Amino acid sequence: MPHINAGKTKPEYDVIVVGSGAAGGQTAYTLAMDGAKVLMLEAGRDYDPVKETPMFQTRHQAPLRDSGTPEKPFGFYDATVDGGWKVPHEPYTNASEKSEEQFWWWRARMLGGRTNHWGRISLRNGEYDFKGKSRDGVGIDWPIGYSDVEPYYDKVESLIGVYGSNEGLENTPNSPEGVLQAPPKARASEIYTRKHAQKLGIPVIPIHRAVLSERLNSKKIPKRLHPNNPKAARILAQEMDQRLACFWATPCGRGCSIKANYQSTTVHIPPALASGNLDIITDAMAREVEIDATGKATGVNFIDKTTGLDYSVKGKIVALAASSCESARIMLNSKSALFPNGIANSSGKVGKYIMDTVGAGLGGQIPAWENMPPHNEDGAGGGHSYVPWWLYKEQLAGKLDFPRGYHIEMGGSRGTPRVGTFNGLEDYTGGSYGKQLKEDARRYYGSFMSYAGRGEMVPNDDCYLEIDDKVTDKWGIPVAKFHWKWSDYEIRQAAHMHKTFAELITEMGGTITDEVDTTGKKAILPGGLIIHEVGGTIMGANSKTSVCNEFSQTWDVKNLFITDGGPFCSNADKNPTLTIMALAWRSADYMMDEMKKGNI
Amino acid sequence: MDTLNESTRRELVESKRMDRRSAIKWMLTASATVPFLNTGSFGQSGPSIPTPQGYGSDPNLVIPESPPWERILNAEQLKTVTALSDVILPRTGNSPSASELKVPDFIDEWVSAPYPDQVGDREVILPGLKWINDESQKRFKKPFYNLSEAQQTKICDDICYLPKAKRRYKNAAEFFAKYRDLSMGGYYTTNEGAREVGYVGNVALARFDGPPPEVLKFLRVDKAPW
Repeated sequence: MPHINAGKTKPEYDVIVVGSGAAGGQTAYTLAMDGAKVLMLEAGRDYDPVKETPMFQTRHQAPLRDSGTPEKPFGFYDATVDGGWKVPHEPYTNASEKSEEQFWWWRARMLGGRTNHWGRISLRNGEYDFKGKSRDGVGIDWPIGYSDVEPYYDKVESLIGVYGSNEGLENTPNSPEGVLQAPPKARASEIYTRKHAQKLGIPVIPIHRAVLSERLNSKKIPKRLHPNNPKAARILAQEMDQRLACFWATPCGRGCSIKANYQSTTVHIPPALASGNLDIITDAMAREVEIDATGKATGVNFIDKTTGLDYSVKGKIVALAASSCESARIMLNSKSALFPNGIANSSGKVGKYIMDTVGAGLGGQIPAWENMPPHNEDGAGGGHSYVPWWLYKEQLAGKLDFPRGYHIEMGGSRGTPRVGTFNGLEDYTGGSYGKQLKEDARRYYGSFMSYAGRGEMVPNDDCYLEIDDKVTDKWGIPVAKFHWKWSDYEIRQAAHMHKTFAELITEMGGTITDEVDTTGKKAILPGGLIIHEVGGTIMGANSKTSVCNEFSQTWDVKNLFITDGGPFCSNADKNPTLTIMALAWRSADYMMDEMKKGNI
Repeated sequence: MDTLNESTRRELVESKRMDRRSAIKWMLTASATVPFLNTGSFGQSGPSIPTPQGYGSDPNLVIPESPPWERILNAEQLKTVTALSDVILPRTGNSPSASELKVPDFIDEWVSAPYPDQVGDREVILPGLKWINDESQKRFKKPFYNLSEAQQTKICDDICYLPKAKRRYKNAAEFFAKYRDLSMGGYYTTNEGAREVGYVGNVALARFDGPPPEVLKFLRVDKAPW
């Protein structure tokens, strides 16, 4: 069984954390730095970004020039290994055969999980985002508000390093002075978009991303994060010194060997390991949470994928951080006389209210950009600018036919050419080939723009997972079966996205390269495609309507926690990872307090 | 996620659908020689088994190995591929031709690959290569790769733009569009091709200064917003 930092498993741990991504990484970090003995179980293999990241490798060196395939959906060089919407030997099913009623479930079986490849967009939820139902009558309110999470946003941003700016816009919180790093300069396409978006009343501001635009201050930040814990501060300072600032090249999705961007494997796990309080077992596929006769969790049963053998490990607390849907699956598979419908599921809500982000995009060709002088705009390996949701007032006044907002991400295209960069160029060239085609390629390269809407989905009764009683994975574990249906809220929002992008492209003097969908039905991408899966074990004010309390502690089993996106009551347009980490930190603080008080 | 990923997502869902449709259309109307494989989409559930002959879900990213699948183009097809790629992207001055940048090898790698997108493209490319040689024989009694430049141009002019192609050339024009896309993909993903088209980057910088003044002037913007 592959161990990291553990010759063999200890007889008992304070906390067993299932998962090693944003949630597992943050949970283990907080606990281990505070002195708890932690065992982390990861279903995939060990992974080291320092050794394994293809930093300057060119597309030319990769099979199919780095194009996406079912085995590497975001391209050969994408950091994800053993992952994607299909994972070998680990199927899932959908109840419906209709494509619009299917959920695409992305998993990454590797240490660090999905944090290795993610877009690093790190936006805070605002006050409205926790209390949507109180504001507009739909969805589910969180039992907590922005002020409860705010200090943890401050901590997480300080720890991982986030660039961005404070703009003071509605429901778009500022960070305290000195927490955010300087945002990189806007790219040409972003500047031009901003100039024209202003005329439509659409703001373009620096985006927030977990990428170091400068080195972290290892003298100040560790002491601020661990004020009464000099050992933790010293370890963190040493690890922070290992992280370099971005050198403005190579896409973040490949990972980062200089540790300039956030990955659980470069930011959370190294200091937690250095504390001596964290053991990790990789290739450990959790099967179920085990309980004793009193209904208390005793530990986790897992399968060592390298041998196929079963093991049980003991812990005073079990923290599931396996991803929203995987944690729900583990809970539903943890059946006992006390919990015949799955552990901590007396409410029947485990697996319910799964959410993704509403996604729709539209492209344009901008004549004003043709033959632009060549220049380097690789930048921070992701966006430098975005449009925050800007129509809160109109929405509240009932002027829009959908209840929640979206933000806009944008991609100009002076990036390194892909196989498909020039697909369909004949629409502009009239079918040129030969010498003329080469001139056309130079003319049109970099004149294309794409806008992507990322919007809030309102949780609904039609989106949930259950256990498929007919299908098991290679390890014999029953698989998740999904039910999915966008409501009119999301479909109308997608239509609004297309309308907005079309107006914007037209205002820029461009032509639209895709079909504008005024119904939203074709524009909206399938559920799960944005990989912002949250919900499934929602938190709430009571045990009848929710699975866990505001600290992500299950109502039914007080030493069982869910620290991934499962407890989310809503899925704001703000990408969920930063909030997952903030809530995991808050939950881990609570675990420490409860253990100290002897309550757990 | 960044928007590069957005376009990847869109390609996954939509353009593949288009490709599949045109592949099916080709099958129905042309004398195709390759059976259509219904390979399904990425995201759907069902048995998840590794792609036979694929590079797997955990290849070495730092030192990529050669693609493991067998190449399917024969010598005759490769000659046609080389000639057609060079008609599409010929040597011009100091700018190399497609074959000088080994685009034919890329096309062979692509159409031989076991994945759904590439299998779909194979179903357009192989019958297309056959068509263009048949057409060359019909018109000039020679295979395409032995035609003069003027003769090659005569055929390509008939099929280079789908909206204006005569009805009897519609299928061939679909092939040509796909073939041109792939040739450009193979050409401009080389370092030389990327440089030629105006890509600047993939080098470590101490600072990112944003667009230089001549670009701001080009965009008619007074100054960078931040």
